[in-house]
Amino acid sequence: MRGLRWKIAGHASALVATVLLGGLLSATLVRLAPGFDADERELDPHLSAESVQALRDARHKSHNVFRFYLSYMKRAMTGDLGTSLALGQPVRTLLRDRAPLTLRLLAIGLALAWLLTLTLALSAARLRLSVYDTLTTAVSGTFLCIPAAVLALLSVLWNAPGALAIALIVFPHTYRYARNLLVKAYSRPHIITARAKGLGEARILFWHVVPVVTPQLLAVAGVSVSMAVGAAIPVEALCGLAGIGQLAWQAALARDLPLLVNITVLVTLVTLLANSSADVIGHVVRGQEV
Amino acid sequence: MSLWQKLACVILTLVLCGSVAANWLAPAGYAKQYREATDAPPSRAHWLGTDEMGRDRFARVLYGTRISLLLAPAAALLSTLMAALIGGLAGYWGGIWARMAMAVTDLFLSLPWLFLLITARALMPLNVSPLVSVMVTFMLLGLLGWTTAARVLCTTAASLLGSDFVRQARAAGLPGQRLFWIHVVPNLKPVLYAQFWISIPVFILSEANLGILGLGVAEPMPSWGSLLKELEGLVSIGEEPWKFVPLILLVVVVTSFQVLLSKQEEMAA
Repeated sequence: MRGLRWKIAGHASALVATVLLGGLLSATLVRLAPGFDADERELDPHLSAESVQALRDARHKSHNVFRFYLSYMKRAMTGDLGTSLALGQPVRTLLRDRAPLTLRLLAIGLALAWLLTLTLALSAARLRLSVYDTLTTAVSGTFLCIPAAVLALLSVLWNAPGALAIALIVFPHTYRYARNLLVKAYSRPHIITARAKGLGEARILFWHVVPVVTPQLLAVAGVSVSMAVGAAIPVEALCGLAGIGQLAWQAALARDLPLLVNITVLVTLVTLLANSSADVIGHVVRGQEV
Repeated sequence: MSLWQKLACVILTLVLCGSVAANWLAPAGYAKQYREATDAPPSRAHWLGTDEMGRDRFARVLYGTRISLLLAPAAALLSTLMAALIGGLAGYWGGIWARMAMAVTDLFLSLPWLFLLITARALMPLNVSPLVSVMVTFMLLGLLGWTTAARVLCTTAASLLGSDFVRQARAAGLPGQRLFWIHVVPNLKPVLYAQFWISIPVFILSEANLGILGLGVAEPMPSWGSLLKELEGLVSIGEEPWKFVPLILLVVVVTSFQVLLSKQEEMAA
């Protein structure tokens, strides 16, 4: 129990440090980007000299990246995440409005990907038919070789849901690990003995295979969240889905510093939370085994 | 080498030779516009038809393949060298250096690769000459793609330092620098080769993703990414199947690299 507490504390401190560093890195990148000072609104002939000066003053506040980041952190503590430069809306509102769609997309996409992964990997490990194994490996290998953005375009072409595109982007990565883990688990001597003694397949699976592969599969599940978040960007951008992935793409193109910093912090947080949770659950599962 | 690996080698050689011979196979070049035949279907004059600006698609596929196939290994070389430098030295020095290097690596790894790439690419100048855009795109891939390899190399270098032969060399009084170059670096070579080969298909796919999202190589220069952007305007697959040729070529090339990778992974192991 004490070990678990230490593990959670270690993960939490690493998570906070990495998230803060990620935000700072993002802010620094945007600040150093060429053309950061340029603002096309200054070219608007309708604006008075005072308005142009006001725009310049507003941008001047974010010139020093550390000062910008510090003031951002202070405001973030009170729930103020700033205002998007490109969209002119509070970042908090933008994130709140778009988060449900992305979360739904990621949840369905990941569920589909894991359903496909476990179905194919389990059947490949259980059946041990070289033709079937070659076929499933070839299918996953083919999807691995297609760019995520092309899968997103094809989903538009076939009117398929964006979640399916995410599932097909994530599935080949998870399948490779899951298949290898399950094949290795099924070839363990005690499982071969259990089968020889006439133990049922369901019992072998739930009593002897699942406990062995669960910690590793959980680790892969944690990583798959990061893959899905990455996949959400081209899928949402190309499928016209107004989620956080599309917002990230728009923020990057518009060099929208407040939006980009917030999305980086959010993405880092989600990714690290998924990985840490997977690690902690894996630790608990291993503990129960012992 | 298995039959599949031999086949992959043959395919890659053929594609590479075809792309290198683009000047002879498509002498008109990738930017020449045939204004009388815009968006034309395949014909004897234009084997893969023309794009909406009247440029010969076959020529663009050949030149685009050349760019992607020659620059992805260059980016992979850059990332492998960076990984060797950062990961190798962090593993060799250990202690605070290793922790710092791994903290930076963790930070990069905690961000999804495509998100990091899109953000960094968007921050680079977008309205530059096509040649500069090619360089910027692939250099960025090389500069950001070292993290996973660095982690592997750091662990390998650290485990090498704990091995008996290194301890013996150290006990015999071999200076640190000599130890690093004579005993550590040669033993890291298989891992470095594997990381180099693993990076190539990853970078080819990343460039394609960037190109489709409009953040890759600038027009009129072709790359697989910019060629695949054409798929955006398709209404159905059966309508203009020849537009899928760049995608098929990309899948075949990346698959060939994946098949060859299993050999490299064996070598690294």
